[in-house]
Amino acid sequence: MGEQIAFYVLAFLLVAASIMAVTVRNIFHAAIYLIVALFSVAGFFILLHAEFLAAVQVLIYVGAVAVLIIFAVMLTTRLTDIRVRTQNEQVGIGLVVAAALFVTVAVTLYSTAWPLSDVPAATDNVRALGRLIMTRFVLPFEIVSVLLLAAMIGAIVIAVKEEKKDEGSS
Amino acid sequence: VSLDQYLTLATLVFMIGMYGVLTRRNAIGVLISIELMFNAVNLLMVAFTRFVSPQGLEGQIFSVFIIVIAAAEATVGMAIVLLLYRGFKGINVDRVNFLKW
Repeated sequence: MGEQIAFYVLAFLLVAASIMAVTVRNIFHAAIYLIVALFSVAGFFILLHAEFLAAVQVLIYVGAVAVLIIFAVMLTTRLTDIRVRTQNEQVGIGLVVAAALFVTVAVTLYSTAWPLSDVPAATDNVRALGRLIMTRFVLPFEIVSVLLLAAMIGAIVIAVKEEKKDEGSS
Repeated sequence: VSLDQYLTLATLVFMIGMYGVLTRRNAIGVLISIELMFNAVNLLMVAFTRFVSPQGLEGQIFSVFIIVIAAAEATVGMAIVLLLYRGFKGINVDRVNFLKW
């Protein structure tokens, strides 16, 4: 019963915040609504017995990605002129495409017989996750850390200002 | 709470994010919508872990990797947004069409 109530409250929060995040005119408010949506996803992770992922969600998404987005908003847009048009001329067709794809995917998901299992969830998820990452999934783990390093260096290379090259020997 | 409810919810959030990607003019708005789509997929992964293989945890591992890759994507995306702002004096994606033939 409590789980049911928590599910519906979090679902309402998530859907409402998502709709606001993609439609609201002020891009800074959209970033704030994104944070609300990320927090409610963290709540769902706790509801689904994924405590480690809930912590990672709050730390990385809310702590890093959302702050990065707010930094970009502050660095680029002028917050005072919120009168500019924020949506392009594809609103109608975008709505139709999203609704059609939603119906298609939902029908497919409902008509598939998932192999549901009634086993209760594992209790110490964090230990099992750490063991899995360090044994079976150690190669993807290393690859993804190299990917993160490459993305970091690439972001620095892209975003750094061009220096004047005529000084010195070059 | 059954698996079907989580499936419907995650699909709905994914489609809201896709609507945002299709309709936003602001490049940062597009990035926000992409983050929403990533979160919908993560929710789906964790829900499948809970309801299909509760002792397996492979879905949660995939979720961890998706979160890391989303962080890398956000980093590079923000760098590109800053570069566009410097070059075009604005970040509306419909003005940035120099790769179109």
